[in-house]
Amino acid sequence: MRFGVVRFPGSCDDVDALLAAGRVGDAVFLWHRDRDLQGVDAVLIPGGFSYGDYLRAGAIARFAPVMEEVTEFARAGGPVLGICNGFQVLCEAGLLPGALLPNTSLRFVFRQVRLQVADPDTPFTCACPSVLSIPVKHTTGRYHCPDPVRVVLRYAPGENPNGSQDDIAGVCNEAGNVLGLMPHPEHAVDPLSGSVDGLCMFESIRAHVGRHAAV
Amino acid sequence: MRARVLVRPKTGILDPQGQAVERALPALGFDGVANVHVGRLIELDVDDPAQLPAMCERLLANPLIEDYEIVEAVQGHG
Repeated sequence: MRFGVVRFPGSCDDVDALLAAGRVGDAVFLWHRDRDLQGVDAVLIPGGFSYGDYLRAGAIARFAPVMEEVTEFARAGGPVLGICNGFQVLCEAGLLPGALLPNTSLRFVFRQVRLQVADPDTPFTCACPSVLSIPVKHTTGRYHCPDPVRVVLRYAPGENPNGSQDDIAGVCNEAGNVLGLMPHPEHAVDPLSGSVDGLCMFESIRAHVGRHAAV
Repeated sequence: MRARVLVRPKTGILDPQGQAVERALPALGFDGVANVHVGRLIELDVDDPAQLPAMCERLLANPLIEDYEIVEAVQGHG
């Protein structure tokens, strides 16, 4: 299978996302001004500071030409994973409910967190164990949504790093094919970095895509 | 026309920035300050002010977490 990693000006986790996805399949970059998704089977929107995070995190990136294609891809059921800034972009784009606010502490947090998989029945968690250890690193990660949402990942009790409502770390859309999360699975794929728990999310996507290709 | 858009955190949503400022003021000897909120001011020249609400809804504010207020500057004082 083939992953596409969107690159905005200001993306900074794009290379790690490409390398992580490359461990389970082919992976290519998708430039923000291109309208061509190059036939990828899944889209990753990486972390960073797209367009400088001007105005609000993700607010400008949602108008990038590539996002029109990503939106169409998502509407057709294609798996889209937004990590950190990618989560913020997906919320601003209306592909996910809710919004991300500054951490309650007003501080940048960078630490390993334990996550509980609240919904194992998604293209992103179907091959994951029930608990994951993955790093977070962000300043704007406090999830807020006034409506009920489909929670996929929660910070383990006592580990909420940002004041997120109901300890929410990741949510998906109703259909389940668009997931946003603040923690960084792409930074936890090699024993060198202390955890390989992030890899299962990429493996989940591969398993999901394989199942659908076989049908 | 010159316009100003004031964007502030929606009522009821925790505003840690406002709280931090509220705590800092008494430390400088300014007492009797409450309900501090920190938002954003956007100034812009627009040909058609009727488009301002749509601009706010679609880009300048995120209506889910922010309230906005459009203040049209008086001609010559903008």
